[in-house]
Amino acid sequence: MKEILDALQETFGERVTVSEELGQTVVQLPAAEIVSVVTFLKSQGFNMLIDITAVDRLGREPRFDVVYHVYHLERKTWLRLKVQVGGDEPTVPSIAHVYASANWAERECYDMFGVRFRGHPNLKRILMPDDWNGHPLRKDYPLTGFDPLPPLVHE
Amino acid sequence: MAEIETTFGQVDPETGLKPMVINLGPQHPSTHGVLRVRLALDGEQVRACEPIIGYLHTGIEKNCEDLTFNQAITLTDRMDYLSPITNNFGYVLGVEKLLGVEVPKRCQYIRVMFAELSRLASHLVWLGTSAMDMGAMSPFFYTMQQREQILDLIEMSAGTRMNPSYFRVGGLLNDLPPGFEEKLRAFLDGFPHWLKEYYALLDRNPIWVERLKGTAPISAEQALDYGWTGPLLRACGVDRDLRKTNPYSSYEDFDFAVVTETDGDVYARYHVRMREMQESLKIIRQAIDNLPEGDWHVPGWKIYPPNKMEIGRNMEALIYHFKLFTEGIRVPAGEVYSAVEGPKGEIGYFIVSDGSGKPYRVRARGPSFYNLQALPVMVQDKILADVVAAIGSIDIVLGEVDR
Repeated sequence: MKEILDALQETFGERVTVSEELGQTVVQLPAAEIVSVVTFLKSQGFNMLIDITAVDRLGREPRFDVVYHVYHLERKTWLRLKVQVGGDEPTVPSIAHVYASANWAERECYDMFGVRFRGHPNLKRILMPDDWNGHPLRKDYPLTGFDPLPPLVHE
Repeated sequence: MAEIETTFGQVDPETGLKPMVINLGPQHPSTHGVLRVRLALDGEQVRACEPIIGYLHTGIEKNCEDLTFNQAITLTDRMDYLSPITNNFGYVLGVEKLLGVEVPKRCQYIRVMFAELSRLASHLVWLGTSAMDMGAMSPFFYTMQQREQILDLIEMSAGTRMNPSYFRVGGLLNDLPPGFEEKLRAFLDGFPHWLKEYYALLDRNPIWVERLKGTAPISAEQALDYGWTGPLLRACGVDRDLRKTNPYSSYEDFDFAVVTETDGDVYARYHVRMREMQESLKIIRQAIDNLPEGDWHVPGWKIYPPNKMEIGRNMEALIYHFKLFTEGIRVPAGEVYSAVEGPKGEIGYFIVSDGSGKPYRVRARGPSFYNLQALPVMVQDKILADVVAAIGSIDIVLGEVDR
């Protein structure tokens, strides 16, 4: 594991920071590097993309953490990648062409947080209806939604 | 997915025919819930396939942010409702990791026991329903009968059958009730016979074998690329089982084998799950035989509430009880990923705490969500009936796909 992290640090230098939290390795990187970093990690044996999600840190700029988990099959370990994005239209390059599993994961992340994935083949809502107002997992989205529920109709 | 959009409804240049676009589901018994599959068919052959999900989205992740750490357990039950206990498992392990506590050995063993029981229950539902999809009605009654016994065991200790929330942060709801061990042993003694019955019903049934062999295959590379986990991945020959590779909750104490097959088709998945049931039985038997004595929750009242008798006698206990149930457990700020091997694959939780009594963010990685994504690959250019077999073999639970 350490060799891979050293190689990562060597290849990307200052742009990535490796840290550890509760025994789990976390790599911080800028959004522009995500495709090259996951391609590098995949070539080093991190052959499974386990999950993509985001955390809305409302009040912080950049506002969102996009969090990736990858798994190394032989070394039996996870690695967490964190990308910070902000602005009116938070955008991260898509990694759907590197890992097939990223396709739906990125769609869900877009649906729930409004984080866009540039280069995604089919970036549309996945869980919510297509005409839904707002992105539910944002912290400024109320628990009951923006729109009132349609009235119950008794027949 | 982009290719699918262009092939849907397009005229075939060779034959000049337009494929027929139909919806399988969302209200169709073979879709195991409310999955909708949009299919472009050329005769009976599938030219394009697009699973459409979200019909059972209940906002579990959002709701978790509004509940205390212990209350949120009840929502994790409702994701994979066929195996709620393994959902609780990953979540409580994550919170305990943030808290920096480890539960006593007895609690760990009881957790393992119940996780394996619910794995059995989940596999039994899969066996019954997927056999029913293939037109074999009778296995369903046999499997449901045994599942009922497991639910009875869960009801004995947790009080509820379907959504028990038996695991709590720092322990369990209860210790094992009196009479549980005898009942569990009776179940363990009887179950191998029923497993033989299931094999007898299906394994040498030529229709079943013909129908499943070579259906909806996938290669190990593709499976890894799609983030497949659990029995599906093991059916492709990859021996990834978190219970062995990344042991949690004392799984390293137990002697069991990781079941793999190599073909990667529906028949291989059937065999992996059937043999996994035998391994689960072994684990449960070891857990009950070697069950350590002692505490079944963490000591002190800061995480696990004091018991009712104590509250009546002790002012301090009353205060802790009140604080725990109004404010919740104060979990130190931090982020953690915790994963367990569920019956369908890796159930992962990414939990972010900001130091308050409620989680800042709970991300639940449902294995079915990722497993389902590869459905188009499995059924491309196969016949329509294979789509039903493929969906059955993925063993999806839509509560977990949509959350």
